[in-house]
Amino acid sequence: MVESAPPPAHAVPVVPRVTPTRDAGAAIGDNPVKVDVKGLSFYYGAKRALDSLTLQMRANLVTAFIGPSGCGKSTFLRTLNRMNDIIPGARVEGEALVDGRNIYAPNVDVVELRRRVGMVFQKSNPFPKSIFENVAYGVRINRLVRSRAELTQRVEESLRSAALWDEVKDRLHDSALALSGGQQQRLCIARALAVRPEILLMDEPASALDPIATQRIEELIYGLKAEYTIVIVTHNMQQAARVSDHTAFFWLGRLVEYDRTDRIFTAPAEKLTEDYVTGRFG
Amino acid sequence: MNLRSPDLGFRLSAGAFALALAAIVVAIGVELTRQSWLSITEFGFDFWRSSEWDPVSGEFGALPFIWGTLYSSFAALLIATPVALGIAIFISELSPSWLRTPLVFLTELLAAIPSIVYGLWGIFVLVPAVRSLQMVTPEFLRQLPLFSGPPLGIGMLSAALILAIMVVPFTSAVAREVLRTVPNTQREGAYALGATRFEAIRAVMFYARTGIVGAIMLGFGRALGETMAVTMVIGNNPQVSASLFSPQHTMAAVIANEFTEAADDLYLHALIEIGLVLFVITLVVNALSRLLIWTMAGGGGTAARAKA
Repeated sequence: MVESAPPPAHAVPVVPRVTPTRDAGAAIGDNPVKVDVKGLSFYYGAKRALDSLTLQMRANLVTAFIGPSGCGKSTFLRTLNRMNDIIPGARVEGEALVDGRNIYAPNVDVVELRRRVGMVFQKSNPFPKSIFENVAYGVRINRLVRSRAELTQRVEESLRSAALWDEVKDRLHDSALALSGGQQQRLCIARALAVRPEILLMDEPASALDPIATQRIEELIYGLKAEYTIVIVTHNMQQAARVSDHTAFFWLGRLVEYDRTDRIFTAPAEKLTEDYVTGRFG
Repeated sequence: MNLRSPDLGFRLSAGAFALALAAIVVAIGVELTRQSWLSITEFGFDFWRSSEWDPVSGEFGALPFIWGTLYSSFAALLIATPVALGIAIFISELSPSWLRTPLVFLTELLAAIPSIVYGLWGIFVLVPAVRSLQMVTPEFLRQLPLFSGPPLGIGMLSAALILAIMVVPFTSAVAREVLRTVPNTQREGAYALGATRFEAIRAVMFYARTGIVGAIMLGFGRALGETMAVTMVIGNNPQVSASLFSPQHTMAAVIANEFTEAADDLYLHALIEIGLVLFVITLVVNALSRLLIWTMAGGGGTAARAKA
């Protein structure tokens, strides 16, 4: 993997005390703020993985997180549905507000939060059940429908939204594990959509897929933003440039720059961002 | 093929070991059959059906022993499985990490205790406890076939309990290993869809179901063959009884108890035929569990065929 190679010593920029020069959240876009992160830090035990992040993600847009391996972008993504809660020794400081409510407040129902903030993982992880049962899983455990007919309809809708319906409609009761890698990932997207989340977090959703399957996922993401707020972590800068409206660049657990995607890739304010997006390191 | 390659020698010797394994199984079967030939020709299939076990008049039937072995093993399985799975789930999914190592160590320690020690503990602790339990069993329950008989303490219930205790470490150790192999992405997948802790564990158990069945069957196989502890508490009375409170007998126990007393050839051959029966039943149980695992491994029903 490209990103795992350490950059040559002369190319490593001096760690700047980062203060985003443009207040991205305030300056970009007119869409309402969906996720508002204020001074969020994250610790694995004593090790600080995220350093006082502040940024806002806006509704019905795709926000991309980029940065070299270990920069904290996946960790940050997973703080947004409190997926890191299951890691022993993990600790969060600061606030992350979804629709104005802090998801780290003491009375928050984490199960309900995760229903509203769906997640798709790097490696597709279908359950060893049928295609139908995979999509139905979240609907069932959250008791979102009252009848079998409603469930069937919900499964079909979700598979259509994930652009998978035509490929699987005749074999809904076959095992999900018989699908190709790209189909499995779209199934996982359908599964996440079936519980009707408001926000969809995607952690390198196409990194294990071939170019054609990747393209399908990207088209899908583009289509989904009409209904969802999407946050995507990616290693692939072309992908960030293609699918996202806003891009945040992370480095060593800090937010270096956050702006409209076209500006990040053509006229970044920070030297570090420019070095990264032009491939000088990372 | 390159004859000078060390590969060839390695393949031949590894192949020979694998063949030797099959040969040993066949040899055991053949030898058991040969050594029990008198009994096989004398009683034929009646040996499996008759409950008559009378060495004095030369009448031998294995049914009470087959019954006792299967009954005690099934009962032990029913008691041990929930406990063992509970232990495995706690250790693998719920336990704080500082508690995990001591718990694993303790369950493995249980597996290392010799069965004669379990037997002694059974006689001095378990049997009196079971007797007190029988004493306080209400009369209406004792009318049922399941709980009939005098309160001896010694009998099927004590055997099943001691077997269950002996089986728990095996089943839980294998189940724990199986749960450890479940990828974390499965747990995260469930949590990300709004699963509670319990629902996520159910998803993990479902993913691991074939391995879990394997763990349970391993425990059952161990219960089938266990001899010493059982013979010390079961009462060694060859009868076919549904009662948990009645003294019964098992195949392994009768061989261990009576082998030295088998004076005439027919008696000896009958005991060895019981060994043959135990051998066959163990093979069948293992084959059935294999089959069960294969069919379950299909996942969503037609998956295996769809993929093939």
